[in-house]
Amino acid sequence: MLGKQAFLRHSVFPQAGGMRSTRQNVVRRRGTGLASLWRYLLAGLGLAALLVGVLAAVYLTAPHSAQPVGPDISRTKKTDNGLYVASFVPERGVVRQGELESWVLTLKTKTGASVERAAIAISGGMPQHNHGLPTSPQATDYLGEGRYRIEGLKFTMSGLWQLRFAISSGAGSDTVLFNVVL
Amino acid sequence: MRRLFCFLALTVAVLLGGCGKPDFSDAEKKTIASLALNTLPALKPDTTNRFADVPAAAALGSTLFFDAGMSRDGTVSCSTCHKIDRQFQDDLPQAVGVGRTNRRTMPLAGVARDPWFFWDGRRDSLWAQALTPLENPLEQAGNRTAYAHYMKARFSERYERIFGPLPDFSGIPLNASPLGSNAEKAAWNAMSGAQRDAVNSVYANIGKAIAAFERSIEPAPTRFDRFALDLATGAEPKGDAAFSREEILGLKLFIGKANCVTCHNGPRFTDNGFHNTGVPPVADLPPDRGRVDAVAQVEADPFNCFGAYRDGEASACGELRFMVKDAPELVRAYKTPSLRGAATRPPYMHAGQFSSLDEVVAHYAKAAPSVEGTSEIHPLELSDRERAALVAFLKTLTE
Ligand code: HEC
Ligand code: HEC
Repeated sequence: MLGKQAFLRHSVFPQAGGMRSTRQNVVRRRGTGLASLWRYLLAGLGLAALLVGVLAAVYLTAPHSAQPVGPDISRTKKTDNGLYVASFVPERGVVRQGELESWVLTLKTKTGASVERAAIAISGGMPQHNHGLPTSPQATDYLGEGRYRIEGLKFTMSGLWQLRFAISSGAGSDTVLFNVVL
Repeated sequence: MRRLFCFLALTVAVLLGGCGKPDFSDAEKKTIASLALNTLPALKPDTTNRFADVPAAAALGSTLFFDAGMSRDGTVSCSTCHKIDRQFQDDLPQAVGVGRTNRRTMPLAGVARDPWFFWDGRRDSLWAQALTPLENPLEQAGNRTAYAHYMKARFSERYERIFGPLPDFSGIPLNASPLGSNAEKAAWNAMSGAQRDAVNSVYANIGKAIAAFERSIEPAPTRFDRFALDLATGAEPKGDAAFSREEILGLKLFIGKANCVTCHNGPRFTDNGFHNTGVPPVADLPPDRGRVDAVAQVEADPFNCFGAYRDGEASACGELRFMVKDAPELVRAYKTPSLRGAATRPPYMHAGQFSSLDEVVAHYAKAAPSVEGTSEIHPLELSDRERAALVAFLKTLTE
């Protein structure tokens, strides 16, 4: 983002100059041939243009290298104390902004056994905007094989959302946080 | 060597020539496209109101919306405040019906797409909303049995064609309501359960007819939409679809540095949510705590989605079921209004606190703390030129 803006800002002036130089250049060539002064001028302009091109390339690629590592958006992860492996996916496969949605939270133990009769509490929000979730989603149904339907999720804006699950079952209590980027 | 330089100069010039044009990054273009009216999905059916898309119901609803007979003293209709030629609002800081209310009249374009109604969202359907001003002593100031009698006296044929037979009115008092004066409350309590239910059903149907009419009130395309369409298709914007430099700067700020688009998003410029934005209270009005006080009201409303007067399945009640009931951010949180048409309908905010868009933008730049609760707005460094540009952009959201 930033890198690109910077690139645009820098490219505006050289662009105009570059255009003009080419046009002059063509005219001269057809006319009197190249006087040595013109040769140097042209070489200079070419070099300047090359420099601008290199700079542009640097700015263009900068965001990729300079950006800090994004949030971990994996949909399957170990819970914080390693008691469970949780995965969290939208029930209909896609995430849609501004609509009530159901997601499925799947809980397995370390050994891969399905976790049944878990109590699940859900909280979350948008860390960058200091606000919680616009709805209060709940685990409404057990679908078998460690799968729980989480109903009432709504992502009202684009950006980074965080969903925190507090899970407790016979295997113990643990928490896990999922990042969802819209 | 010379040729090489020529070639290089030429390539670079062409390359840069191509890059000089895009005023918007791909991310910006995506956001702009998401705000354009052509991305507004078709209106979804409202299963809680089985008359929502019945033309005769909408026609009756339209009659009722404009009928001053629908008030205690025969002088106030919905359209007294929601004026058809003024974007269905009244240009006042606080609405005036039978008395002066505490809030600003909300414009109605696209309202059928909302999950919550009123500035604080104390109703959960368009039809339940319509029943509130009818009995509010400051608005239409009527009472429930009076409205039922009025339906029979004035509209019995139209009513029965849509909703089926009216109930037997013998023994039903002329003036009674669970919300009215002491005499009206006493009269209501003296009625049988069956009578109350019959009257409530007629009352709910009045709301369903009005809601059917309101579904037809939709936002119209604006200059911004024409600009966004041309940007998306790569066409050269022509005529009024071309934006000035100032308008482009304003648009960039709106979706960028000024963060407006975090709440005013989607083709209606609203996230349909509630936020504390630090708008100050009006001195002589009673305390107003916004969303936090609306939660109990919508839960107690007999016409809410869980109530007996809903049509269809309870699965349509997700918003009410998964409503946030207590959270600190509900204090002085108000519904994010659509910004379409805002430029031509001052004043602004839930009680008309600001009289111009300049004041609105100054408010966001300063981000004064809220009198109660915490404002979600953070101060912005905006030059005078940038403030003017934001206002110029907001003006493009009008026809
Ligand atoms: C006295 C003026 C007045 C009258 C009469 C009136 N309204 Fe309103 N309307 C308002 C005000 C003020 C609000 C916002 C009130 C609040 O938030 O407490 C509002 C809000 C609404 C909303 C919510 C819009 C939204 O975006 O949430 C709808 C819908 C609406 N009115 C429809 C109606 C209908 C239908 C009628 C007639 C049955 C009606 N109004 C009568 C002033 C009025
Ligand atoms: C945190 C969410 C949020 C952000 C960010 C935000 N707004 Fe708002 N906006 C609201 C809410 C909520 C209201 C209504 C507040 C009230 O009435 O108390 C509102 C009201 C308005 C209104 C008045 C509309 C009317 O009909 O009364 C305008 C204009 C407006 N905002 C423009 C902007 C601009 C411009 C920006 C960026 C500088 C912005 N908003 C940023 C949530 C937000």
